Amino acid sequence: MSGPAGYRPAGTGGPFRQFLSDGWVATWRNLLKIKRVPEILVFTILQPIMFVLLFSQVYGGAMAVDNYTQFLMAGIFAQTVIFGSTFSGAAMAQDLKDGIIDRFRTLPMSPAAVLIGRTNGDLAINSISMLIMMGTGWAVGWRVTTSFWGFAGGVAVLLLFSYAFSWVMALLGMSVRSPEVINNAAFMILFPLTFISNAFVPIHTMPDVLRVIAEWNPVSALVESARQLFGNTYSEFPAAAAWTLQHPFATIFLGVAAMLVVFVPLCIRKFESISSR
Amino acid sequence: MTIIEARGLKKIYKAKTGAVHALDGLDLAIPSGTVKALLGPNGAGKTTAVKVLTTLIRPDAGTARIDGIDVVADPKAVRRIIGVAGQYAAVDENLTGFENLEMVGRLYHLGAKAARRRARELIEQFELTEAGNRPVKGFSGGMRRRIDLAGALVINPKILFLDEPTTGLDPRSRLALWGVIKNLVAEGTTLLLTTQYLEEADQLSDDIAVIDGGKVIAEGTADELKARIGGHRVEVTLVDAGDAARTADVLSRHGDGEASVSGDRRTVGVAVVDGPRALQFVLRELGDAGVELHDAGMRRPTLDDVFLKLTGHRAEEGQEDQQTEMENAR
Repeated sequence: MSGPAGYRPAGTGGPFRQFLSDGWVATWRNLLKIKRVPEILVFTILQPIMFVLLFSQVYGGAMAVDNYTQFLMAGIFAQTVIFGSTFSGAAMAQDLKDGIIDRFRTLPMSPAAVLIGRTNGDLAINSISMLIMMGTGWAVGWRVTTSFWGFAGGVAVLLLFSYAFSWVMALLGMSVRSPEVINNAAFMILFPLTFISNAFVPIHTMPDVLRVIAEWNPVSALVESARQLFGNTYSEFPAAAAWTLQHPFATIFLGVAAMLVVFVPLCIRKFESISSR
Repeated sequence: MTIIEARGLKKIYKAKTGAVHALDGLDLAIPSGTVKALLGPNGAGKTTAVKVLTTLIRPDAGTARIDGIDVVADPKAVRRIIGVAGQYAAVDENLTGFENLEMVGRLYHLGAKAARRRARELIEQFELTEAGNRPVKGFSGGMRRRIDLAGALVINPKILFLDEPTTGLDPRSRLALWGVIKNLVAEGTTLLLTTQYLEEADQLSDDIAVIDGGKVIAEGTADELKARIGGHRVEVTLVDAGDAARTADVLSRHGDGEASVSGDRRTVGVAVVDGPRALQFVLRELGDAGVELHDAGMRRPTLDDVFLKLTGHRAEEGQEDQQTEMENAR
């Protein structure tokens, strides 16, 4: 049957082109959101500045060691981009609440595209945060001592990890279904996760239990990788002897791969079965 | 030709109070180019039925085909030919009306240019110019609904699903939306619409399926359904509520069954076999008895009466939040 007057059959382009187009449209939507919701931009711009200044100026004085600012900066970068990943969780929960997920799910689009668009949105937010933090860090004396490629590699590792983590948060957001709960839960989980690590202090000063947790905490490997790439490692702050920190790059790539391999399919499966209200 | 077909659909949700049979063997067959209304109170299973037919949820048992395509086996093919507007406006708050429609068009893969052209057309057609260039966030419920409905029409779909399209709208917006829907249907779109408003089903649809407890309990045109509960009703409105008891006596004597008295005891009515004759007798007797009337008349039964007769309860007194609870319990 031909359908009503003016019926426009859907579907130009092959499946792969459609997939790319869907991913771009979903990303575009999330980029517009960053532009239109002032709170997100304020969070993205002011919070990194605040953290860099607070930690370097307040803690930095008390640390009474040279190079604390150099040591600290990769830790703050890591913490900030990990917190930035929680946008995906809150946004998926909000989209469910608003019913827009139901709209997407009745369109002939790729289900993965909605999630790719969302995690790309986090990547955009985190890229802005990184720029702001690096600028602020520069102002308080942070320097990259390796090369341009070391610098680029450090930024890439931080963003890659946060991107994979966005998928974890997206699954959480679709499961919990409440943006408020996600924000509170993220705070409860991410504060210990980022503090029980080498982000702000060297691990060897911690009591045994915390030390072991910190050694195996992927955040520690992330921070160690970034420090090595930026050339911010110092003998005052030795990396722990644990395998994870002796091989931070391998740890991080394994961690990122594991997160993506597990959570991307889980997210897509979850997305294909959820519906608002 | 049957374009929407459902057979024995079942969907069971686990709720705190035990299993809820949201769909309990639902059958539907909707011919191409017609409008079918699913009529029922909250919690009757209307939304669940639409969600199964639009590929949002999988049924636990039964099959559903849209234009011959199985909704479970090939949801993507179904999504290419349908348009859906749910019970709540599914719009992106941060996008403008235009951007929302452009997004939908691009996700139907119309191509960027065609999607924009179509969005402009719809903005004009739905008189959304005002909302076109501002984020949806600040707009009224009626405006959001219209954007949402426009989103369902981006491909001018062969098959359109509207889940309670006018719930929560003011009477003016409701009438306007009815106008839009009537125009669409005139173009040959097949429409499945759910409603708890009997008048809406009567106004918009060719054919009505009354749903209760997750299955169809009666089906037919509005006139057929009305005919099922017999002829006319005689109804009188009293000046003095104190006359209600004696008036009811008179009506019961001339009616087919017991007369019913309204909550404020001012309106008394009864189903009758021969309307005009019964009305004559009733008026004469009430006149002789000195009962003063504001109004008296004979009317055809409404779908409300049909519903009451079929289900034993009124359409409006549905279990308000059952649906929501069920959904959340998953």
